[in-house]
Amino acid sequence: MKKFAKWVGMFVLVCMLAACSQGAPESNGASSNTDDGPKKYAFVFKNTGNPYGEKMQEGFESAVKELGGEVILRSPDQPTAEGQIQIIEQLITQKVDVIAVAGNDPDALEPALKKARNQGIKVLSVDSAVNAASRNIHVNQANPERIGRVQIEAVSEMIGGEGQIAVLSATSQATNQNEWIEWMKKELEKEEYKNIELVKVAYGDDLRDKSVSETEALLKSYPDLKAIIAPTTVGIAAAGKVLTDKGLEGEVALTGLGLPSEMATYIESGVSPWMYLWNPIDVGKAAAYTAYELGEDNISGELGEKVDLRDLGEVEVVEDGEGTQIMLGDPFKFDKENINEWKDVY
Amino acid sequence: MEQKKQTYQPRTLETQLPFSWKRLFFQWEWMLLLILVAVLLFGSYVSPYFLNYPSLRDGTMVFLDKALIVFPMAMIMIMRDIDISVGSTVALSSVVMASLYTTAGLPMEIAIVACLVTGAVCGLINGLLIVKFKELSAVIVTLGTMILYRGIAYIILEDQAAGGFPEWFGFFGWGYVFGIPFLLIVFAALAIVFGILLHRTTFGRKVFAIGNNPTASRFSGVRVDRIKVIVFMLAGLLAAITAIFLTSRMGSTRPNIATMYELDIIAMAALGGVSTAGGKGRVVGVVIAVFIIGYLQYGLGLINMPSQLFLIIVGALLILSVAIPKIGSLMKRK
Amino acid sequence: METKEAHAENPKKNMLTLFYQFRELGLLFFIILLCIGVQIRNPSFLTGENILDLATNTSILVILSLGMMIVLITRGIDLSIGAVIALSGMLTAQLVAANPSINPLLCLLFGTVIGAVCGMVIGLLIARVGLLPIIATLALMNIFRGLTFLVSDGEWVSSYQMSDGFVALAGGSFLGINHLIWIAVFFCLVFFYFLNYTRTGRQIYAVGSNPQSAAVSGIKQGRVLLLVYTIMGGLSGLCGVLWVSKFASAQGDTASGYELTVIAACILGGVSIAGGSGKLAGVLLGAILLGILNNALPLLNVSPFWQNGIQGFIILLAVIVNAIVKRRVDRTHLLRRAG
Repeated sequence: MKKFAKWVGMFVLVCMLAACSQGAPESNGASSNTDDGPKKYAFVFKNTGNPYGEKMQEGFESAVKELGGEVILRSPDQPTAEGQIQIIEQLITQKVDVIAVAGNDPDALEPALKKARNQGIKVLSVDSAVNAASRNIHVNQANPERIGRVQIEAVSEMIGGEGQIAVLSATSQATNQNEWIEWMKKELEKEEYKNIELVKVAYGDDLRDKSVSETEALLKSYPDLKAIIAPTTVGIAAAGKVLTDKGLEGEVALTGLGLPSEMATYIESGVSPWMYLWNPIDVGKAAAYTAYELGEDNISGELGEKVDLRDLGEVEVVEDGEGTQIMLGDPFKFDKENINEWKDVY
Repeated sequence: MEQKKQTYQPRTLETQLPFSWKRLFFQWEWMLLLILVAVLLFGSYVSPYFLNYPSLRDGTMVFLDKALIVFPMAMIMIMRDIDISVGSTVALSSVVMASLYTTAGLPMEIAIVACLVTGAVCGLINGLLIVKFKELSAVIVTLGTMILYRGIAYIILEDQAAGGFPEWFGFFGWGYVFGIPFLLIVFAALAIVFGILLHRTTFGRKVFAIGNNPTASRFSGVRVDRIKVIVFMLAGLLAAITAIFLTSRMGSTRPNIATMYELDIIAMAALGGVSTAGGKGRVVGVVIAVFIIGYLQYGLGLINMPSQLFLIIVGALLILSVAIPKIGSLMKRK
Repeated sequence: METKEAHAENPKKNMLTLFYQFRELGLLFFIILLCIGVQIRNPSFLTGENILDLATNTSILVILSLGMMIVLITRGIDLSIGAVIALSGMLTAQLVAANPSINPLLCLLFGTVIGAVCGMVIGLLIARVGLLPIIATLALMNIFRGLTFLVSDGEWVSSYQMSDGFVALAGGSFLGINHLIWIAVFFCLVFFYFLNYTRTGRQIYAVGSNPQSAAVSGIKQGRVLLLVYTIMGGLSGLCGVLWVSKFASAQGDTASGYELTVIAACILGGVSIAGGSGKLAGVLLGAILLGILNNALPLLNVSPFWQNGIQGFIILLAVIVNAIVKRRVDRTHLLRRAG
C-alpha cells in the first residue's frame, strides 16, 4: 500500500508539473478559438537561433500587429524539412488563415502545404521558395539574378578584372545559394570577365569549423587566389576571420552576403571592402503585407496583380518558373561608410 | 556506495519470473501510462484543438514515422549495443529508392523493394562488422557507417532532390484505412510483431540473455553472433520502412533527410524503460513512451511553444521519469 | 642457451618490444600512410603553415578528447559536451559584450566554472541518483541546448562586440605557435601526470575496469564519477570560450553534434566503451587522425559530394586496420610469453 501511495504521489506531482508549465502560453491559445476573432497569420522560419530569421520574424510580427491580425511565429530547432512539416500540421490543426514559410526544402513541404491549401489556408513562401504547386505566391527578398550578377561585378572591381576567385557556400543542398551561384556562373560568361577564373565552389555547411577549414584549404590549394565570394552569413564571417588571422587583407578580397553585425569588424579592417544583404526586417514586413492581402482575398497570387506593401511601395506580381512572385529591390551594399549604422540593427 | 548494492543484485530474466498481480501492477509501464494521461490532460487543457479525434489521429502522423525504428533499437539496447547509423540508413534507402525511380526509370514497386533491401544490407554490414571485430564497439562501427551511408547518399544525388512519385505513393504517409492513418496501423502491427518476437519467442529470450550476460549465454549455446546480425539487420530494415513513410510524407527526397534521428529514437527507447546497461526493456513501455513524447510535442506545438523550450521539457521529462523512482528508493533506504 | 642469446640482443629487442607493445601501432601506421597519400595529391599538405593550421584546428578536439577519455574509462559517456560548449561560449560572449574591458583570463575562468557546474549536475545525477550516463547526458544535452537558445534569445554575439584581448585568447600566438596548441599541450602533460602518477588517476582506471572490486578496495566510486564528469564539464566550458574566441562569434547552435566527433576520436584511439582501458597516446592519435581528415579532405580537391563518403570509409578502415594489427600484436605477445 505504501508503494501504491508513492505512485499516486508521483501522478499528482506530474499533473502539478503539467499545470504549472502551462501558465505563460495559455493566453496565446485561448484567445483564438473562435473564427470571428482576428485572422491568424503564421510565419515558419528555417530554424531557431538564427538572427537573420529573428529579424525577419520581428518585421513580420510588427506589420501583422499593425494590421490587427494575430501572429504565430514558429521554427524547428534544426533546419530540416521534417521539422517544418510537423509545424505546418500543427498550424493546420489550429486553423490559421495564412502560412508564410521560409522553406528548408523547395519540394519536401509540398504534401503538407497542399493539405493546408485544401483546407482553405493561404500559403506564401518568403526568402527560400517552396515549389509552385505548394504556394500562392513567393516573396523574394531580392532578384536572385541581380544577387548573383552583382557579386561578380563587385569581385571584378575589387581584383581589377583579373585573377582566380572561389566561392564558399553554405551546404550543397541550399537551394538559394545554388541558384545565386548559377547566376554568378552565367555572369562570368560575359566577355569582360574573361580573365576571371572561378576555381572552386566549396561548401562550409554553415558550420564555423568546417567553413574555416575550407577557407584555409582554398588559400593553400590556390596560392594565386584573388578573391572569395561567400553568399552565406556563417561562411563569410568565418572566411573574414581566417583572412584576418593570416594577415591577408588587401591580398585576398572577400565579398558576399553577410549580416552587418557579424561582418562589421572585417569591413572596418578592409578584409572585405564591401558586401551585400537586404534588410530582413523589411522582408518580414513585405511577407506580412502580402499575407494580409492574401488573407483578405485582395489578391490571389495571379500574374499582373499589384501588391500594396505600404511603406515599401507597390509591387507587381511577376513570373517565377511555374509560379508567381513579388520581388523587393536590389541587395543593399554595406561598406565602411554605412556599416556602423547597421551593425547594431541586424 | 549506493551503487554497490545494485551491482550485486542477481539479474533475473523478466520473462522467467512467475506471474504475480503485484508485479503486474507496480511496473514502470504504469508510471509511463500515468505520464501519458497527464500529457493528454495537459494538452486538452492548454489548447482547444488538442482533444478531439481528428486532431489526436492526425497528430500521430507527425511523430510516428521515426518511431518505427524504436523497436529494433530497443532490442539493440537490450543487447548492450547501440546503433547510431539509423538516420543515415533512412537517408540512403530513401535516396536509392528515389533515384531508381526517377533516374533509372524503374517501376515504383521495384524501387520500394530496393529501398528495403538497401536498408537491410546497411544493417547487415553493421552487424557483420560488429561480430567480426569484437574488439570494436558498436558505437564506433555505427559512427563510421553513419558518416559512410550518408556520404553514399550524397554521392548518388549530389545537390539534387528526387521526387515526382506516382500518386498512390502518397498513401503511405498521408492515407487512411477506415479513418485510421495507415502509418498508425503499421506502427500498431509492428508493435504487436515485435512484442511477440521479444517477449514470447525463444529468439526474444536469447536477446535478453545476451543483454544479461553475453559470455554466459555464449557458453550456454546461444548463437550470439547470429542473433546480433539479425537484430542489426532488423534495424536497417525498419529504417528503410521509415524511409518509405518519410519520403511519402515529403513527396521528394534529399541526401540530408533524417539527420539526428538516432538521438530522438534512443531518447524514446530510454524513456520507455529500455536500459542501455542491457537486459531490460519492454515493448509496451516503448510504445507508451513514443506517444508521450509525440503528444507532448504536438500539444506544445498547438500552443506555439518555441521549439527550444520543447528541448528543455523533453530533457527534464527524461530525467524526472528515470530519477523519481530511484530517488524514492534511495530515500526509503535511509 | 636461448636465454643467453636473448640477453645478448637485449637493448635492441627491448626497443622492438616497446614498439610492438604500443597497441595503437596500426593507427600510427595508418596515419603515416594517409599523410603520404595526401602529400602526393597536394604538396601544400606537409608545409609548416598547414601543419600549424592543422594543429590549431585540432587543439580543441584534443582537449575535449582527454576529458572524454576519462569519462569513457569509467564506463560512462557524455553526450552533452556540444551543448555545454555552446552554453558557456554564449554566456562568456555576452559577458564580454557587456564589459569589453574584462580581463580575458577571467573569461576563461568564467567559462570553465560554468562548464564545471554543468558537469557537476551531470555527475550528481549519475553518481548520487544513479542514472545511466547515456540517458542523463542525453537529457541534459537537450536542456543545455535549450537554455543556450533562451539566454541568447536567438541572437548571436558578433566579433565587433568582442574585445581584442578576448579574440587574442585563441587567435594570438606565443613563440610563433598558436595559444590553442600551447593549451592543448599543457593539458596533455597534466593528464599524463594525473592519470599515471596520482592516486585519483589510478582510481579512475580501477573504477572503470572493475567497479565491484574497486568498491571493495575502498575507492569512493561516487566521488570519482562526480570528479570525472566535473572535469569533463570544466574542459567543455573552457573549450566553449576558446571556440567563441577562435571564431569570434557565438551562436546558439555552436558545436552541435561535436560530441560524436570527440567520442570518435577517443574510440579510434583505443579507449574501450566498456571501460577500464584507454591511453593518452592513443587518444591523441585518434584526435590527430580526425584533424587530418578535416584538414586534408578539402585539400584533396575531390568533389565535395564525396567528402562524407571518404571520411566515413577512412574512419571504418582505420578502426579495422587498427583492430587487425592489435590482434597480431597480442598474438606475438602470447607467443613470446609462451616461449
